[in-house]
Amino acid sequence: MFRRVIRERELSLTIFIDGTATPARHGDTVAAAMLASGHVACRTTAVSGAPRGPYCLMGVCFDCLVTIDGSANRQACMTTVRDAMRIETQRGKREYGT
Amino acid sequence: MIVASALRDRYDVAVVGAGPAGLAAAALCARAGLTCILFDDQANPGGQIYRGVTNSPFDRGTALGRDYWRGESLVRAALGSGAHYVSGASVWGLLRENEIAVSLGGGTRQIRAARIILATGAIERPFPIQGWTLPGVMTAGAAQILLKSSALVPTGRTLLAGCGPLLWLLAWQYLNVGVRLDAILDTTLAANWRRALRHAATFAASPYLARGLRLMFDVRRAVRVIAGVVDIAAEGGERIGAVTYRTARGHFERLPADMLLLHQGVVPNVNLAMSANVAHRWNDMQLCWVPCVDSYGSTTVPHIAVAGDGASIAGAEAAEARGRLAAIAAIRALRREFPVSEEERVARQSLHRYERGRAFLDRLYQPAPNFRRSRGDTVVCRCEEVTAQQVLETAALGCAGPNQMKAFLRCGMGPCQGRFCGLTVTELMAEARGFSCAEIGYYRLRPPVKPITLAEIASLPTDEAAVKAVARE
Amino acid sequence: MVVDCYSIPAKTFCMVCAPHTEFDFAVIGGGLVGAAIAWGLARRRRSVAMLDEGDIAFRASRGNFALIWVQSKGGGMSRYALWTRQSSDAWPQLAEALRMETGLDVCLHQPGGFHLLLSQGEVENRANALKRLHNQPGMVPFEYRMLDHAQTEKMLPQIGPDVVGASFCPLDGHVNALRLLRALHVGFQRHGGRYFPDRAVERIEPRGGEFRLHSANVEISANKIVLAAGLGNAWLAAMVGINTPVRPQRGQIIVTEKVAPFMNYVVHTIRQTDEGSVMISDSVEEAGFDISVGSEVLAVMADRAIRMFPHLAKLNVVRCWAALRVMPQDGYPIYDQSKACPGAFIATCHSGVTLAAAHALLLAPCIDIGNLSDECLAAFSTRRFDVPPSD
Repeated sequence: MFRRVIRERELSLTIFIDGTATPARHGDTVAAAMLASGHVACRTTAVSGAPRGPYCLMGVCFDCLVTIDGSANRQACMTTVRDAMRIETQRGKREYGT
Repeated sequence: MIVASALRDRYDVAVVGAGPAGLAAAALCARAGLTCILFDDQANPGGQIYRGVTNSPFDRGTALGRDYWRGESLVRAALGSGAHYVSGASVWGLLRENEIAVSLGGGTRQIRAARIILATGAIERPFPIQGWTLPGVMTAGAAQILLKSSALVPTGRTLLAGCGPLLWLLAWQYLNVGVRLDAILDTTLAANWRRALRHAATFAASPYLARGLRLMFDVRRAVRVIAGVVDIAAEGGERIGAVTYRTARGHFERLPADMLLLHQGVVPNVNLAMSANVAHRWNDMQLCWVPCVDSYGSTTVPHIAVAGDGASIAGAEAAEARGRLAAIAAIRALRREFPVSEEERVARQSLHRYERGRAFLDRLYQPAPNFRRSRGDTVVCRCEEVTAQQVLETAALGCAGPNQMKAFLRCGMGPCQGRFCGLTVTELMAEARGFSCAEIGYYRLRPPVKPITLAEIASLPTDEAAVKAVARE
Repeated sequence: MVVDCYSIPAKTFCMVCAPHTEFDFAVIGGGLVGAAIAWGLARRRRSVAMLDEGDIAFRASRGNFALIWVQSKGGGMSRYALWTRQSSDAWPQLAEALRMETGLDVCLHQPGGFHLLLSQGEVENRANALKRLHNQPGMVPFEYRMLDHAQTEKMLPQIGPDVVGASFCPLDGHVNALRLLRALHVGFQRHGGRYFPDRAVERIEPRGGEFRLHSANVEISANKIVLAAGLGNAWLAAMVGINTPVRPQRGQIIVTEKVAPFMNYVVHTIRQTDEGSVMISDSVEEAGFDISVGSEVLAVMADRAIRMFPHLAKLNVVRCWAALRVMPQDGYPIYDQSKACPGAFIATCHSGVTLAAAHALLLAPCIDIGNLSDECLAAFSTRRFDVPPSD
């Protein structure tokens, strides 16, 4: 899906995408980490349930919404990965309380 | 980089956006002795064009091109100037009386500045084709962000579609790092060449010609380029699987695809300026809204200036010059004794140099009507999933303008606040009603221009009158 | 000869109109009040023109909170309570008619509504206000209850500890007001009504039993007219000899992103729309015609909403706006026919959603036969504003 074009530094972080441990690179956004590990879709829409993934990667399209550490509707492209971060893809509307 | 607790309540100048315009403006203001704060919503400075320049995974080779590294010196100048720079700061509103509402670290602060320079740059023009909402379809700008910040490139079957200098730049950068695109679907209108050639002389004398020719030559040698594309559709279920296209000559093809990158130019990101009641006008050549500014970027709102691509699409060097000119106006207003005439002369010379040649590019790469005004069940508003057919049907009801359209169909009501549908809606309504885009108008925008939490709103200061207005039991 | 703009394809849509066009009725105003009345008249086979302003206008209809609210209406005028009740009862009929005619579901939902209270003082004030309301002479009683925290929590499990109590009325509800407006417009045109956007009326010329409406370079004439122009009614009404004291009253609204359904009832300042977004109101400011957003008021609204439903704190706010209610001098609707120019009617209120059913199904027929002297409607005439002659 995506590959790095630089000599791989050690991927020093581990994040969890839908429960699966995934190596990640320090400094990457959540969106980049997800795309790098083959996740091109990150949610289904609140209106029709259509699949969506990151589109603009600069914070203005709001398609890259994921749940991060329990908080829903976070923009993956505007959040930098942290070790042990828990990322979940979303289905439809966020639940009240998330 | 400054921490939230160290932020003052008041600055002489606040600059929003740390791209070339913002960096240049902040550096000059601070050099002149003004207290200056530079806000940027990204984690690192550079804006989009110089994205990742301070933490690049690349060595200073030529992979990204020489022009890219200019950003480094701009950042160094700004950070070393004494200006306070805050990253991860989302300016969501310009409230009354020179107040900037900014969200940082989950909390909101209000900071006052005597002068505000908006350098929020540009965003990708909407590219509403069938299937553009499928996972695996992204903008060329997004692909550049992945490359610059994370050194990530696509591995599967990748197509690039659209028109404009950025398209060729990305394709060239990909060649440098060993990525061969499956094809480039070039949507440049053949008819545009005639109109553009009238400006060929100025283009030939501009810095763009040499750059552009080299890029295009290298790319065309290595990548299949299909010219005269008049129709594109992305197909797929859970993600993109194929792209179909048709050329003006009637050639049709279906290409399997894992990724489709779209680009047909950039347009000013007008939301913050419009929400602050800065007057805008329709630019009929660039087919977008631009703020009404004077030669220093000053707007119809006394203390607000707009600099960079947010004022008019003209590229990074022109943005720098505009940033400096806006700073010069602020310096003249707040520290008259600081000499700026030489700085102004140089900036204007540079602006003239880098704006020359744009006329050619603007005309050549003006996107085709077909790709700006969708039809049928092509999604126009991505957030609320409103289709072109629905917009046209509602226009036929006699809808007076985009705000009435918004009320009827919800297009423009999503979190992107019309950034990816507004231009399409304005153009569709203009076409349907037989009016110009200038006459049709645009969505009315208000703060917050970026979503903030309800808790942040609750944390804003209140007063007794406000309490009385709400708690009326 | 009139070119019918709506039967030609969208691409060639135009605003051509013969200069002299005659209708049975011209309704001035295309918001919730105007559209409801226009629809009601068009259904009765009248030829109706609906004139509207351009895209940027005050348009109270875009700023409403979409409640169909009964529980606290009519303090000081029991007729208003009755009128409100009649409208609320007629609402299912309106929703169904619109659904049948246009295919649009306005998502009428009348599960009952809460007025949440955040202090003992608020509880007492509320209880007293409702008692006074129901003790009025001529008041037709309806069910309501005062609830404590535990009773409220049983029905609204997500309320926060700050909620001391509530008043609850099973008749209250809400609707998708924007879809309602669209449905009224679509239904109106399906009944043959003619919609004229960008036609703010500049002058009304009563002329020998008919009315000529002058707007831009177009003139539309009708046998009878209905002024439903919201704040514009103040100066339009003077042209036909009606006294209509209305003033703008600013209200601000906060809208969040979409959330999975969590509220089974309506709360007077918080409602979850059928699309999932949460809307928060309710502010009242006498701010003239200023529709700029005031952050202090938003902060108070947000704070109270979070105290009522703590998990709202994490939701992202997508939009805030301020709109101007059309507030008649005493707060009650104004329905009347001009004495000086018979055939000119006026309809003004601040509850365009609650009263939409009454306007469409009860008021429109009365306007059609030219008789507003019905016992209930007579209470809303402008006679109540007449200053008695001084001796």
